[in-house]
Parts: sequence; C-alpha cells; structure tokens
Amino acid sequence: MNLPTTRRTLILAYRSYTLTTNVYNQRTMIKPRPRIAVVKFASCDGCQLTLLDCEDELLAIADRVEFAHFAEASSDLQEGPYDIAIVEGSICTEEDSHRIRQLRTNSRNLITIGACATAGGIQALRNFGLHEDFKRTVYAQPSFINSLAESTPIALHVQVDFELRGCPVDKRQLLEVILAFASGRRPKTSSESVCQPCKRRGNVCVVVTQKIPCLGPVTQAGCGAICPAFDRGCYACFGPSTSPNMSSLSKSILEPNLDPAQASLLLQSFHAASPPFRDESIRLWQLSKQSQPPTNLNATLETQRNDEQTHNS
Amino acid sequence: MTNKPTTPDSTPHANDPKEANNPNAPDGTATRCIRVPILTRVEGEGALNIEFHGPSVHRVELNIYEPPRFFEALLKGRSIHEVADITSRICGICPIAYQVTAAQAIEQALGVRLPYELAALRRLIYCAEWIESHVLHIHLLHAPDFFDCHSAVDLAKKFPLEVQRGLKLKQLGNRILEVLGGRAIHPINIAIGGFYRLPNNSDLSAMIPALEQGLNWAVDTSHWISTLPFRDQSFPYDFVSLSHPEHYPIEDGYIATDSPNAAANSKIAIKDYESNFREVQVPHSTALQSRRIHPNSLTSAPATTPPQNDSNYFVGPLARLHNNRHNLSPIARKLADTLRLDTSQRNPYHSILARAIEVVFAFEEALRILRTIHQTRNPKVDFTLRSGVGYSATEAPRGLIFHRYEFDDLGLVSFAKIVPPTSQNQAQIEADLRTLLSQIHSEQDISIAKYCEQLVRNYDPCISCSTHFMKVHIHRR
Repeated sequence: MNLPTTRRTLILAYRSYTLTTNVYNQRTMIKPRPRIAVVKFASCDGCQLTLLDCEDELLAIADRVEFAHFAEASSDLQEGPYDIAIVEGSICTEEDSHRIRQLRTNSRNLITIGACATAGGIQALRNFGLHEDFKRTVYAQPSFINSLAESTPIALHVQVDFELRGCPVDKRQLLEVILAFASGRRPKTSSESVCQPCKRRGNVCVVVTQKIPCLGPVTQAGCGAICPAFDRGCYACFGPSTSPNMSSLSKSILEPNLDPAQASLLLQSFHAASPPFRDESIRLWQLSKQSQPPTNLNATLETQRNDEQTHNS
Repeated sequence: MTNKPTTPDSTPHANDPKEANNPNAPDGTATRCIRVPILTRVEGEGALNIEFHGPSVHRVELNIYEPPRFFEALLKGRSIHEVADITSRICGICPIAYQVTAAQAIEQALGVRLPYELAALRRLIYCAEWIESHVLHIHLLHAPDFFDCHSAVDLAKKFPLEVQRGLKLKQLGNRILEVLGGRAIHPINIAIGGFYRLPNNSDLSAMIPALEQGLNWAVDTSHWISTLPFRDQSFPYDFVSLSHPEHYPIEDGYIATDSPNAAANSKIAIKDYESNFREVQVPHSTALQSRRIHPNSLTSAPATTPPQNDSNYFVGPLARLHNNRHNLSPIARKLADTLRLDTSQRNPYHSILARAIEVVFAFEEALRILRTIHQTRNPKVDFTLRSGVGYSATEAPRGLIFHRYEFDDLGLVSFAKIVPPTSQNQAQIEADLRTLLSQIHSEQDISIAKYCEQLVRNYDPCISCSTHFMKVHIHRR
C-alpha cells in the first residue's frame, strides 16, 4: 500500500506495538500505601466506573492505596509524582498527547485499562474513514473542533507497564492488577481465548449449534464468556488474544456465515485498530469489493485510498 | 478556533482556583480571573469560563473539552443490530438508556411491538440503571458537597452506615443488570425485538427478597438526604420530561413541559421532538447545546447562533418528578409528601432528594414487575427487515434522551441523531451560573469556584454523553 509517511510511521508503530502486548514492566516500589492517579482521555468513563462498582471492596481498597488524583470520585486532586497511574481513554487531540507524556514523567508505573486506552476504542473507526467527513456529520462548524485524524492507544505515545483489556474492563481483573502492582508482583490475568472459559462455563457453542458468527476463538478471555451464555456471538470487546489465528477464523467461522462486508464490519468494533483485527477487516473488505456493491463505509475507505494515492504521486 | 483555550491542564494536578491578571483599576472595573483546572465528581471532563467586569458577570461558558468521538458519524454504514452496542459506549454510567432508546427507535421504524413481558423486562432493566446511576450520584458524587468532604471515602468517616448502605443499594441495581443484561457496564442482552436470551424466572424471582430489603434502605436514604442543608435558590425552569397517562415515565409517553409561563406549556408527541427543540453548536464546547423552539421563533437560523426567541429548558429527575408526581408508586409518593419536597420552588439543590425518591420508585417498580411477570418462551419478536426512519425518546437517569435513525433495506444505518440529556441542560446550567454569580460576586474566588461546581453537580452532568466537564476559569475586569 502506498501511504503517506505519517501514516506509514503509525502503522510501523502499530506493528512494534503488537510485539509488546502482554507487556509487564513493573518498577517496584516499597511503600505501604502507593499513591494512585486515575486519569481519563477520550472514553466513556465505564472503566473508571468499574473501580467505583467494586462496592464490597471500595473502602478496603481506599485503605490499601491512596487515590491521590481521581477526578470522578474526589475533589481533592493532588499533584504527582504518582506510584501508579491508571489510564483510561485514547489519544484524540494534540493537547492529550502532551498530557499523557507529562503524566508518564510523573508516574513510576503506568497501567492502561480498557479498549480505548489499549487499542484506540470505537472512536478509532475514524482511522478508517475521513476525519473531516466525521466532523462535518456531527458539527455545523467543524473548524471549532480540535481533534486528531486518528484515535490512538496510549502505548503509541509513551511506554506502558501493563495493559488491561476489556470494553469495559472486568472488575476482578482490575482489582487484581491494582493489588498486584501495590504489592510489587506480576498480575495474574488470563492469556487464553474466550473459548476456554466458554467451555468451562458449560455454554453450548453458538457457532456449531446455531451458526452464529462468534469472535471467541481470537478474543482475549476475561469477561467470563458472557455473550455465548446469552445466545449471541462474542463481539470481541476484550480485543485480540495472544497470536490470534485470523485467517482460520475467517475461513471456518466468518466466511461460511457472513458475506465478506459483514464479516469486515464485525471485526471493526471496539478494537477496530488492533493490528490483527484491522488487517483482517481490510482484507475482508477488499474481498467484498470484488463481489458486492460498496456500502457507505467501503465507499469511504475507497475515497481514502484514492486520496492517499493522489497524495503520494 | 476559540476551542484553543479549553486545553485541559497538561498535568493532572491540584484543583485550586488560581487568581491571575487582576489589576484593580482605580475606576472599579477590575479584571478578575479565577481558574479551576478540572471540575470533579462528575462524569467526563469540562471547564467553566467566567469573566467579571467589575461586579457584573460578563461571560459564563460551560466549556466541554472532552474530545469529540463522532458517534453519529461512525454509526453510518453499520447494521441496525450493532447500534445498541455501539451507542452504549457513549456513556459507561447510563449504557441502558442508549441501548433501550436505540432499540426502540429501530423497532418503531420496523413496526415491531413488544409483548407485555418483554416490554416489562426492558422497563425492569431501565429501573436497575436508575438505581445504579442515582445511588452512585447521591453517595459518591453529590453528598460529599453538603459536608465539605472531598469524596465518599472522606464522607464514610463521618457517615459510615449511610455510605455503606449506598454501596449496597448500588450493588442491587448492578445485580439486576447482571442477571438481565449479562454485566453491569455495557450490558450485552438488548436485541432488536427484545433480548438475546431471557433469564429463568427463578433467577428473576430470587432477587425479590434482596430488593425488598433494598426498598427499605432506599426509604432510609431518602430520610437522610432530606436532612441535608439545601441552599435556598429558585430559577424559572421550563421543566421538560416525558409523561404518561398511566404510569411514571421511563421508556414511553409524550413530552410534557411545565414552565412558570403557563402559555408555553404544551404536550409534544415524541415524533415532533425535532420541530420543538433544536441543537446549536457554540464555539466553546464540543457538545452541541439544545434549545426549545417557540412558535414565534420558527425561522431558519444559522446553526451557530441561537435564535433570540429560543429558550433554555431543564431535564432530569426534578423535572420528571414535578411533571409526574401523581404517577409515583405508593411509597415513593407518600415519601415525597412526608419529606415536603416542593418541586414548584424550582430549587436545583433539591435534585438530590428527587433522585433519592426516584430510587425508592425504581425499587417499587422493579418489585412490581418481578411479582407480576410470567415466563415467556421467545426472547425476541421476529421481524422482516426493511428500510425505515425511527425515533424514540426515553428518560435516562439524567433526563430526556432522543434518538433518530434512518436505515436502508439491508438494515444499514444511513443517518443517526442522538440528543443526550446533558447537552439539553447545558444552556440552562450557564443561565443558572449567571444568576448565581451575580449573587455571590463579592465572595472569595475559591468560594465562587466551589459554589459553581456544586451548582453544576445538581445536574449530575454526563460530559462523555454530551460530547458527545469541567474546570472553572473566572476572569474579572
């Protein structure tokens, strides 16, 4: 693909980012009560809310760690440095890309939580479409709006010491990560795909019995396989698992049950910008173009590619 | 590019209002600037710009700098089956409001009518969200204001029982969401035509004893909230909410308005929402602001300048309770009378009490549904896919929410419009602040910032929703 330099750099960065998933890089601290900052970028607040949803444990956690900066929960916002920064949300504005760098220099450990922070979130769909078009669709005066053309994960901007996936993150996993970092050990989070906990839960496979397309085989476990338990296919809100076999998924589950355009859209959701999902969804889209009239999104992708080619020539 | 000064502070740090460039001119027209970098205990991120010319308030802007996420644009080309899941990601506190409103809008376009059992379960899961969201706001976000506490953790040192009780109530709301929706945040069980799978009736009825206990706790909470020291304040609100002839409105009804100017009161059908309310874009915010259109202001105006005759309006629990008090459930209605909640005073500080009473209502309603519902076989209604235009309005915990979608015969969305409660309240919040500031301008900057934040918290603003919150800058001249 002929891409402008900035875009090529970004994709290269994405590639190296793929290699660093499941990163664990704790700078240990010997402190009875580490200082935590909870910071938000572009997101829905659902992941920090997960922390407030720990009803039974909330007051106990507040004894174990100090929430030095947690704007959604406390008006007492203390300055850094922090021992642990918990980051929610993706980087969508120039200001935020400065803010995250400042936070990094101010924090001993930086943990990202949720699909937005670890992959760019649902708003990263704009990375596929035309940003100006998006602005014009929502705002009468797009020129008032400052936002970057792409929504990017935190790890593309600063070094991240641990990533916790999920849209939203799972409560038990979040508690585990905070307590593990507070006591200087590696968090125990699962690295299997959704299929394993799905079998253990005793779900009947929705692909085999009902021909419902399911992204479980390529999706990181952690949710407890909720969707198949409710008779629907996994839509991958926990993102790609470790080395997902995308072509096998397409061949055995997506292509027999969906047309390529639908299959491409299925992969373009909350982790649309995660490299394995992104690359496979683009391949499926190209496949759909050979057989199908383009849908709106496909038309946008087409225009974008033409633009890029013009840009390069 | 007036959006520039809205830069959130580059480091997350102290929330102290800072004074800057306020040379006191001898003629008394001094410029005064106060700045609070991040408004706290609200959902999302925003700021407040205030400019004083001497004692008079020159400019008040609720500045939402939450980065835009372009939901209405990214829904284009998506299947109608994905709309509920995608729109729920607008807000982690009220995902059900988005999921149910979106599903109802699409069902309306397809001519799908839900049978009683499925409609009742939709109402049940919505009650659960009211409980979870209201209890969160009452205990964790709002109550600390009344006792000079920074957070619920501080408040728990003074009121351990009350805060613990709040956390248990929140847990009950989340439990209904988990049983019926799969999980508490971004549930996965709302489908076009009903649900993906229904829980067993035994799982549902097993919740009844816990919810009965919850109802008692909710009543105790309301009594505690009624003892809070409310500031005496009144604003001429135009209360806008859904209303229904038979029951307290959650997911259906028509739009009722009640303003001090009786001539402006009307009943508006949901399909006429867009001809009665319009969104305008203001330079200082990534959230569009809504205004009510009056018959004499029905001219096509540029989208960036609010036409003169358009007016602000108020949505949320206070408006809902004011317009629908007679339809409250028995215990909640009696409680509103016993606690002497007078919504006609139009005091925004009473919002927390209205919320507490709605929690009681939500428990009673959830119990009523659980006791009367029968097991049904089909989790969803079948339908034939066709192109269409559909709209729906429901009562999110923070107030009226409106959705409209257009889709083609393949079920791919070609147009989406989403009007969340906070963008409807935004203009009213600015008007309230203007009045409040004219009353408290002689106070210290730090107190002004605190009062402004507290006033804003009455609205339980959801900033992630409206962009799709808040720091205070005060400039005095």
